[in-house]
Amino acid sequence: MDAVFETFKLRAEAVSAEVHRFPHKSAALDFILYYLHDVGISHTPQAGAVWAPCPFLDGFDQKQLSSQLPGLSFDVNREVSAEAKVGISQLDWAIANTGTLVQDAARVDQRLVSTLPLIHIALIRSDRLVPDLPSALSKIRPEQTNYISFITGPSRTADIERVLTIGVHGPEKLIIVFFDGVVCDEPGRVN
Amino acid sequence: METKFRESIDKAVHNPNLTGALGRFSEAYRISRQKAYEGYDFEALRTQIAERKSYAASHLDELADLFTRNVEARGTKVFRTNDPARVREYILNVARENSVKSVVKSKSMASEEIHLNKHLEAAGIEVGETDLGEWIIQLAGQTPSHMVMPAIHMTKEEVATVFNEQVEEGQKPDIPKLVKFARGKLRTKFINADMGITGANIAVAETGTLVIVTNEGNARLVTTLPKIHVAIVGLEKLMEKFDDVVPVLTALPKSATAQLMTSYVSMISGPVPNTDGTPKQLHVILMDNRRTEMSQDPKFKQAMQCIRCASCLNVCPVFRLVGGHVFGKIYTGGIGTILTAWFDALKASDDIQSLCIQCGNCTEVCPGKIDIPGLILELRRRLAVEKGQPLAQKAIFSVVNNRKLFHSMLRAAYVMQKPLQKGNFIRHLPFFFSEMTEFRSLPAIAEAPLRDTIKKIEQPACKEKIALYAGCLIDFAYPEMGESLVKILNKAGIEVVFPEGQTCCGAPARYSGAYEVAAQNANDNINALLADGVTYVVSACPTCTVALKHDFISTFESLGQTDSLPRARQLAEKVIDFSTLVKKLVDEGRLKFKEGQHLGKITYHDSCHLKRTLHATQPPRQLLTQAGYEIADMYEADMCCGMGGTYSLKLPEISAPILERKLVNIRNSGAPVVVMDCPGCVMQIRGGLDKQRSTIRAEHTAQRLADELE
Repeated sequence: MDAVFETFKLRAEAVSAEVHRFPHKSAALDFILYYLHDVGISHTPQAGAVWAPCPFLDGFDQKQLSSQLPGLSFDVNREVSAEAKVGISQLDWAIANTGTLVQDAARVDQRLVSTLPLIHIALIRSDRLVPDLPSALSKIRPEQTNYISFITGPSRTADIERVLTIGVHGPEKLIIVFFDGVVCDEPGRVN
Repeated sequence: METKFRESIDKAVHNPNLTGALGRFSEAYRISRQKAYEGYDFEALRTQIAERKSYAASHLDELADLFTRNVEARGTKVFRTNDPARVREYILNVARENSVKSVVKSKSMASEEIHLNKHLEAAGIEVGETDLGEWIIQLAGQTPSHMVMPAIHMTKEEVATVFNEQVEEGQKPDIPKLVKFARGKLRTKFINADMGITGANIAVAETGTLVIVTNEGNARLVTTLPKIHVAIVGLEKLMEKFDDVVPVLTALPKSATAQLMTSYVSMISGPVPNTDGTPKQLHVILMDNRRTEMSQDPKFKQAMQCIRCASCLNVCPVFRLVGGHVFGKIYTGGIGTILTAWFDALKASDDIQSLCIQCGNCTEVCPGKIDIPGLILELRRRLAVEKGQPLAQKAIFSVVNNRKLFHSMLRAAYVMQKPLQKGNFIRHLPFFFSEMTEFRSLPAIAEAPLRDTIKKIEQPACKEKIALYAGCLIDFAYPEMGESLVKILNKAGIEVVFPEGQTCCGAPARYSGAYEVAAQNANDNINALLADGVTYVVSACPTCTVALKHDFISTFESLGQTDSLPRARQLAEKVIDFSTLVKKLVDEGRLKFKEGQHLGKITYHDSCHLKRTLHATQPPRQLLTQAGYEIADMYEADMCCGMGGTYSLKLPEISAPILERKLVNIRNSGAPVVVMDCPGCVMQIRGGLDKQRSTIRAEHTAQRLADELE
């Protein structure tokens, strides 16, 4: 597991993603709250944060979190996402040898928070890490999910003079947060 | 060749922004691509892609039906047509029915193939390309210069100017700022668009899934924000199983941009809810536009294996000089020439097919395992059949086909060249021939051809006999190369016989599409070379070797002359190239190098046919090292020298800069001698060195080895 994680970290960082890992959910939450505070999340335009519904949030009081951090919203829509600086969502699988995250993104809120804001924080359960593309594809069922997203690093282009530039249409920053300490509840199912 | 085409070449090769950007890219690409494939078995991977795509091409109808059933079951509308006009009409209808005022597009070659933007705009609909490169090109009113990097020919200053003139004043030539500006401007377009149009990289039949790959993330927005999504999918994108995604998605990012994975991959299997909760309208257009016909053509079916990575462009010595604009069409480069011939018209490929120098670089990197140069030759052949050969070419080949006349004319030419000759070179030709000697000197025709001088060599009586196939260049310009070969084989106890009936190998005719002429050359040579009881037929010219070993068979096959095949195969078995034969003799202990020699530095140039068809890169290097030379490898040693047979005569404006690059690499190796196995390459490189008054010598491996054996 640790070797696979190290491979993921290496590959994801090679494509300019940030990778963190925490022993349990509350440590991951602390990190996110600290980070949001640090980048100045507030109610002002272009300074909000928007968090899409996800299993990670089970057991946390969203109201309390919002009041603790003004500018953090759990109510995802087009306008809020377009105005947000940070979008947060949970992804379903991670592929080690390419540093890729995979998500059932049929719900539009999952895509809004990961396309429109400048920064995307991607939560992922550590036990959802697989070694390669074939093992990831064997876990997903396209006939049951109308939209599956693969995300590898932030949005990029090299269209002007072949100079690599991060952050074109999607996020310019991708922060990947692994969290351990949960048992695999429904094996084989995409969240 | 059309004047307009010649002018476009001239413009391209004299555009330093274009050639500089493409040149630097091709150099960087070679290294980064290799790095991306580290740890992968590329041959196994591409074999898998070729098999899966080929299977799909043989079952297009079936897979299109299955795909349609699966996506329709989930509420997607599917429209399938062979006619580009009906594709446009369908999209316009959807737009009208839904009062669409603005469209955002992510990159779709299929939409460009049918000139969709023009038609949508004519109907009063605003169309925004959202791929940054495509948007820049759209604003500038230009066409893409590269399939994957459409604006690679533009500098940041030019991009800033386009933004200032077309979008908003005040933009500075600062790349991150220009990108940020584009993000802001296009974001508004995304938010306001009523319809999103995409292509697809794969369409999986068994699950009814579209796979769309981007780096910028524009396809995610195009498929998320507007309420209507139209995907235009060429039939060649169909694949049978969801598992087939693995090899394509493994190879595509590595081959296209040397990435392990593109930033975003979207797999769409049906309509998803819009941001207001309504279900998205999803339309998939399965576009044929002669793809079915192509898949039924025994030769061109393999072009359906293309995954549109453009790696054939990136490694092409010609493309990196001229870029995409010369092609004048949507699809550019090697594969683009083939796709243009089918999706546009065979005639449309007439000029651009001549750009292929047949070096074979693309065949080494193509993840679909497509024989691109072979298919371009086939286009050439079909074009020659359709419109007939040019008169001058016909006249030349009728001479080449008459062995005695051809040989006596070459002898006569020796006398006629006298006033132009300086030493062993012709440095200037008068009148319209002058272009041929502008960038390199030509070799003078030898006083006596090899067919005469070989008779004067006293060969020991040996039990084993090997036939020498000289080829025109060695026979008439460089007999000393053949003499060296005789000397070497004699030392191994082999007598070299020269079958008199041998004539031109037919390569010039074949590479010009004149297959009937090539077939007659083949028959003459087969008759001459199979006559003697020899163990091998050896040639010191890789192009001739390839002709004897492979092309005779393929020419007969193309013409349906199956009667000639058994004897062509019999000959092919016996044919061997010089270095491979000599290496074998050394390994068997029949030849021995003088001991303890230190002969100094040389550099070795890999000839295209020797490396990529005969796969003999090591034998000449090993022989030269065993002889006592120290090989100083040059940069891009296996890059074409620009000769390409008659190519250097037909397109000297391209041949010259390719040679120039080669000469720089030779110089930078620091070696005083460059060695190669092909007399054609010697002609080009030696001629170029002579023009530059360089002291570096260019020689055939045979000449370098002849005196170093016991």
